[in-house]
Amino acid sequence: MQTSQIIIELTVLVLAVFVGFEVISKVPTMLHTPLMSGTNAIHGIVLVGAIVVAGLPHQTTWVRIVALVAVALGTMNVVGGFVVTDRMLGMFKRRREPAAETDEQG
Amino acid sequence: MSRADAVALAYLAAIVAFILALRFLSSPTTAPMGNRIGAAGMVVAVAATFAQEGIHNIPSILIVMAVAAPIGWYAARTVRMTAMPQMVALFNGVGGGAAALVALADFHHVAPEPGRIKADVGISILLSAMIGGISFSGSLVAFAKLQELVSGRPIVYPGQKPLNAALLSAVVAVAIVVLAGPQRQVLVGAVLIGALLFGVLFVLPIGGADMPVVISLLNAFTGLAAAATGFVLHENVLIVSGMLVGASGTLLTMKMGQAMNRSLANVLFGAFGQVTAGPAGTTAAAADGAGVRSTSADDVAVMLAYAKRVVIVPGYGLAVAQAQHDVRALGDLLEARGVDVEYAIHPVAGRMPGHMNVLLAEANVPYPQLKEMDEANPDFPRTDVALVIGANDVVNPDARNNTGSPIYGMPILNVDEAHQVVVLKRSMNPGFAGIDNPLFLNPKTVMLFGDAKASVEHLVAGVKSL
Repeated sequence: MQTSQIIIELTVLVLAVFVGFEVISKVPTMLHTPLMSGTNAIHGIVLVGAIVVAGLPHQTTWVRIVALVAVALGTMNVVGGFVVTDRMLGMFKRRREPAAETDEQG
Repeated sequence: MSRADAVALAYLAAIVAFILALRFLSSPTTAPMGNRIGAAGMVVAVAATFAQEGIHNIPSILIVMAVAAPIGWYAARTVRMTAMPQMVALFNGVGGGAAALVALADFHHVAPEPGRIKADVGISILLSAMIGGISFSGSLVAFAKLQELVSGRPIVYPGQKPLNAALLSAVVAVAIVVLAGPQRQVLVGAVLIGALLFGVLFVLPIGGADMPVVISLLNAFTGLAAAATGFVLHENVLIVSGMLVGASGTLLTMKMGQAMNRSLANVLFGAFGQVTAGPAGTTAAAADGAGVRSTSADDVAVMLAYAKRVVIVPGYGLAVAQAQHDVRALGDLLEARGVDVEYAIHPVAGRMPGHMNVLLAEANVPYPQLKEMDEANPDFPRTDVALVIGANDVVNPDARNNTGSPIYGMPILNVDEAHQVVVLKRSMNPGFAGIDNPLFLNPKTVMLFGDAKASVEHLVAGVKSL
């Protein structure tokens, strides 16, 4: 008997949920904003789906436009998500930097 | 090994990279490396996609990516940290929108096939379109509220809930029709438009103070939409990544709900913080300021400078006033005088989970000084001065004592256990949720009225002159 594809995919889905809860429950409150922007970047994986659809042969112009818009949105999502997370994480320092940024007074 | 297998292995590598990225977020020291591993995984996944058999139009796809990437990069480099909730909302929407469009385009591709669409693919396409659509428009409304393009107050009107329920039922009904018989693209379009409309109507009645919950929830939605797209295209990498995000968003939504002691249903449908809402049973504390002790910045400066231990409790008012750098300067001055300074941060301080930590980290506060609520609370009794800056509901003792209060049961920072409390506040207006706060009437409490930034600047000047 061959397991159907949908069952295999459901298995993958359920395992992914458990892995997700497991790793994310270990993220401290302090890092919840980077967690959100980081997971934001990860759901940019829809870009892969957008590329697949945009790369289908024999499309109508309409579908091609829709798919390319999806590619554009996915790309912004991925690039923006990882860059902003990197920028944020760079701010968390254990000690004050000797050359601290200038005070914003006056 | 076939090409398809090689691509699948590359996707597996990407999945591992994403899980490691989240795993490394367990500590601020490893997190930056984790994020880079995740980004590398994404590069691998995208490259592998181009290597798949039967991908056409590669030049036009690359051109679109080359145009879109700098836009995302520029936005990410320039956004202010106070605007991070809007940014995350926007990226949520963009991702959800992409998922919905992928579903739409793929439906067009499979529709002309003889016979019905296989149920699993059909359901996935419709789910992706619906959830993606709700996430897209809902995120844009959340963005508009956070950016204050529309009022942050809940927008309510008679019959709102029945209307929303009817709309959602109609959307689901049309989706079932699509599955059952006429696979008209017009109908799929109708599902998408209905979902977009529902997204708008669903976020409009939710108040600005509940935004941390809404953003977490929309994050989960976009993850689910991406996972549904994975079922459409039979790509495990989409299913796993989407569900990782879905799990993260769900967990954060639950944590935010706990931190406010409110159920998800109450947050989504309660229209908390309506102007018209007259919460019953609040302490009839004098909103006119009777019984409140006001003080001067110089007095507070002396109090702080001669304290042994000061705990700063920042709220969103601090972020709005952009006072985080001045607060850090004040903290530095006090530390230089030998005062022990810490920051106690409530989980919902800010407009998204963990927002306040980012703002203070940006202002160069070392992260070991940032204390979570559970860590901070036991230390208040041995704290000389609790300095509350632009926070209100998260330090309201009614949450502990007054069973009639709308926020009763919400975990709070017990600043009233400190020897003295100083509250920096613009005026005696009640906070975002419109609830009275007996902390302000406590004999231990003194109020320093004025703009948070200006007040903190005065405190800095005061401490310097001592």
